[in-house]
Amino acid sequence: MLRRTLARSAAALTTAALVANRRAVAQGAPVELQFWHGLTQPLGGMLEQIAADFNNSQQRYRINATYRGGYAETMVAAIAAFRASNAPNIVQMFEVGTATMMAATRATKPVWELLQQTGVNINFDDVLPGIRGYYSLPDGRMASMPFNSSTAVAFYNKDMFRKGGLDPEAFPKTWQAVAEAARKLKAAGIAAPMTTSWPTWLMVEQFSAIHDIPLASKGNGFGGLDAELTINNPLMVRHMQNLIDWHKEGLFRYGGRDNAADGLLPSGECAFTFASSGTRARILKEAKFEWGTAMLPYYDDAPNAPLNSIIGGASLWAMNKGPGAGRSEAEWKGVAEFFAWLAKPEVAAKWHTDTGYLPLTRSGYEQVKATGFYKQNVGADVPIEQMLRGGGVLTENSRGIRLGGFPEIRNIIQEEMERAFQGQQDARTLLENATRRGNVVLRNFERANRA
Amino acid sequence: MAGALVKERGAAADPALRASRARQRRDRWMTHGILLLGVIIFALPIWITLVGSTHDVNTIGRGEVPLWFGGHAVENYVAAWSRGGEAVRNTRAVPAGIMLWNSLVMATLIATGKIIISLLSAYAVVFFSFPGRMAFFWMIFITLMLPVEVRIIPTFQVMVDLHLTDTMAGLVIPVVASATATLLFRQFFLTIPDEYAEAAKIDGAGPLRFFWDVVLPLSRTNIAALFVILFIYGWNQYLWPLLIITDTGLETIVVGLSKMIGRGDAQNEWNAIMATAILALLPPVAVVVLMQRWFVKGLTETEK
Amino acid sequence: MRKGIIFKGKLLPLILMLPQLAITGIFFFWPAGQAIWSSLLREDAFGLNRDFVGLENFAEVLADPTWREAAQNTAVFALSVAVLALSAALLLAVQADKAIRGSGLYKTLLIWPYAVAPAIAAVLWLFLFHPQIGLIGRALNAAQIAWDYRLNGGQAMLLVIIASAWKQVSYNFIFFLAGLQSIPRAVLEAASIDGARPVRRFWTIIFPLLSPTSFFLLTVNLVYAFFDTFGVIHALTQGGPAKATETLIYKVYVDGVENLNLGASAAQSVILMIIVIAMTAVQFRFIERKVHY
Repeated sequence: MLRRTLARSAAALTTAALVANRRAVAQGAPVELQFWHGLTQPLGGMLEQIAADFNNSQQRYRINATYRGGYAETMVAAIAAFRASNAPNIVQMFEVGTATMMAATRATKPVWELLQQTGVNINFDDVLPGIRGYYSLPDGRMASMPFNSSTAVAFYNKDMFRKGGLDPEAFPKTWQAVAEAARKLKAAGIAAPMTTSWPTWLMVEQFSAIHDIPLASKGNGFGGLDAELTINNPLMVRHMQNLIDWHKEGLFRYGGRDNAADGLLPSGECAFTFASSGTRARILKEAKFEWGTAMLPYYDDAPNAPLNSIIGGASLWAMNKGPGAGRSEAEWKGVAEFFAWLAKPEVAAKWHTDTGYLPLTRSGYEQVKATGFYKQNVGADVPIEQMLRGGGVLTENSRGIRLGGFPEIRNIIQEEMERAFQGQQDARTLLENATRRGNVVLRNFERANRA
Repeated sequence: MAGALVKERGAAADPALRASRARQRRDRWMTHGILLLGVIIFALPIWITLVGSTHDVNTIGRGEVPLWFGGHAVENYVAAWSRGGEAVRNTRAVPAGIMLWNSLVMATLIATGKIIISLLSAYAVVFFSFPGRMAFFWMIFITLMLPVEVRIIPTFQVMVDLHLTDTMAGLVIPVVASATATLLFRQFFLTIPDEYAEAAKIDGAGPLRFFWDVVLPLSRTNIAALFVILFIYGWNQYLWPLLIITDTGLETIVVGLSKMIGRGDAQNEWNAIMATAILALLPPVAVVVLMQRWFVKGLTETEK
Repeated sequence: MRKGIIFKGKLLPLILMLPQLAITGIFFFWPAGQAIWSSLLREDAFGLNRDFVGLENFAEVLADPTWREAAQNTAVFALSVAVLALSAALLLAVQADKAIRGSGLYKTLLIWPYAVAPAIAAVLWLFLFHPQIGLIGRALNAAQIAWDYRLNGGQAMLLVIIASAWKQVSYNFIFFLAGLQSIPRAVLEAASIDGARPVRRFWTIIFPLLSPTSFFLLTVNLVYAFFDTFGVIHALTQGGPAKATETLIYKVYVDGVENLNLGASAAQSVILMIIVIAMTAVQFRFIERKVHY
């Protein structure tokens, strides 16, 4: 009884709030829109600045951008909030959450539908193919609003390269050469020459795309929910075993899960790292040495390597309030207007040049190129060039990944890698275990989302 | 027995006795040594934290662990208190002042709520006879077996249904039921002599009057002792606030601190984190140290 | 001790009990029932689809090697914490019980960690054992002992054990001291006249007298290590590396809150409830004896 009373009074409060909200609109106060993001500083501040610029550009809507922890935490918070009928209007969702969000058709409103309904126009024709493919439905309609798309590149400390007797202008192209370089750096007294951020994204996802090997069946999951992991293949085993051996040899340092290793290059502990191109902003700010950007290495005896890398980063999703709670037209309209603001060439270009994330469109890239930006900022175009490597034609393996529950699978692979680095298992067992455990997640997701 | 001791003391010149004196002295040094070691092991992390909180971010970030105070105490604490650090990397940056206030309100409400609710129900169980008395008592007792940790998701769902997530009420109400406090008060009420109640009856006092005039004043020490324990219990809540609070305006300091650390990146703003850690442990430690006597009494008598 | 029931009336006592009963019902029994119900379902993360699957979740949990690993971790962790915290506390309590100068001050300096939240205790020890910024962590690495609790599972387990036990020593210390002080002086003096050496005297006479306290503390410590250390693990290792510090409670959290596998998490909750009821039954036997004491 108490429960019902409480629920009723809470409902009354909500209604009162809604009424107040409507009254506020009538009086001309802006519609408040919640936007949860998962970017730490300095990127988070830059994103909040964009929201503030949007707010200052008009009076009808107010975007309230707040940080909710890292990407994974933001995803969990948004889903929990949805169950509580308290979801944000916009959530920033990392790329591997795409399949989960897409499957939850009643929780999100796809961008194409949002634009159609509100009459706002955004031209997606010109969006970089790697980005567009990742966030669109099979028929090409956009499901979410691409925002901070990155790809992974190598960052290296040129001062240390000089110290190790290496050419500071030429980062090794192949993994074989990377190992040699690391040995020289180690000999020159650098305790841990190599590290990586996002171990799964870099060493499994990007690796598979670049070498044109499938990560999962059904075209990496684009073909249906019944896909299975295929990471237990000879090339993957070879690379993992190399990492394990290099770790043992002291050439490679495991810096932790997700982006925990981001600080190891700028702090001068490691000589080179593989990380999101979006790390550029942080390195610019913190590194007290000369550094360079390079494309990801590959094994030159693999038949189709090197292909384009895939994207990472995040896109923005328009969310319903809850299972039984909708949104007002004004709210949807505000979200659409904000997305259109983000797609404006000057906003997108500034975000790209400030942060190192990819430009949204090809024409945006050409415009920035025309300003001479890449001449002054050597290396800022490496991620884009790498996205177009191999001719810019995406194969089934280099288009992206669409697997449900993939954040959990990422963690599983990271866990199995940690086990291997502790000396508990070799590369083959690592990949066998990861495949077995990952497939359990895929099957559970398939069952839960059958409808 | 006492005579034997006296006799021993009298024979001071005995060489065997001198040896035993030397042994006693050695034992005493041993005792001091062990206790000092214990005190140091207990205090070392605090010392490092306290000292670290007075240095600038780069000193700690470089790994030069300072053992003596630096000159940045004021700015670090001001930054932590009012802005949650300098926000160089910590996007969340909830001011420690707000988090401390939230923790204080939460701990006080939990302790007070638990005491009031337990006093009332223990009083009903002991001084009344009503149908279902023992059944209710056992119902309360059995909650000992269901800590929130084992029913995370469904309890969260209940909070969602009641619209209590992200509210102070949601932080407090679910944890104010207390089997242990009820048990303690029941034990204590059972020791109140029958005559008191009979005298009250003869005076024409009703049950509420008796509760207010007799039982409550008699329980004062127990309440004080329990308050200390429950305040600390409330202050140290972790999983529950972690689950139901996403609004930074309601962040408590214990959870907020662990969020500041994230995954332990060496580039964290460690000086602000250390200052916040000191601020987070100061209030409950002060309560324990200042109210030591009540605290020990409360602890040993409630048996958790 | 009085036994008579004093006041008549049926409504008033019910009203007095109402707040306690309402909260217990809404926040304990209702969710416990829900846990059982949702352990029989399979649900998507957003709560949009649900299927009844019977006992399938239980079968999966019990067959899951990572769950068994977590159970093993929990046993190692809980026993280590209890043994470490109890033995350190007993040693300190025996020393502090001796009539020496400054014993009051020692007591104060030894009980304050009780007030420190487990998560804060974890943070304090992180400042010591962090491989890059910690005093001891750096010293170990400088001495060529590769220390990184974020990569080495054994080291991670050691660290969470130390941080968890550290905080619990104070609690045990208070009880052991109270237990020691309740031993009649005459018994101790008689023993010392017997000429028994202090160490033997302790094990043959004092320790047996402390056994009720020890047993009580053992169950309390195990319960503490089971539940209250969530904060330590969450703040220090997040269950890693490679699940090396993932306890059963932590796994419920990871599966339910992070991976949003609600059915699996609920099934684990129900299994835990059964374990807790068993543990409480043991503890209860002791409390009951105390009640009639």
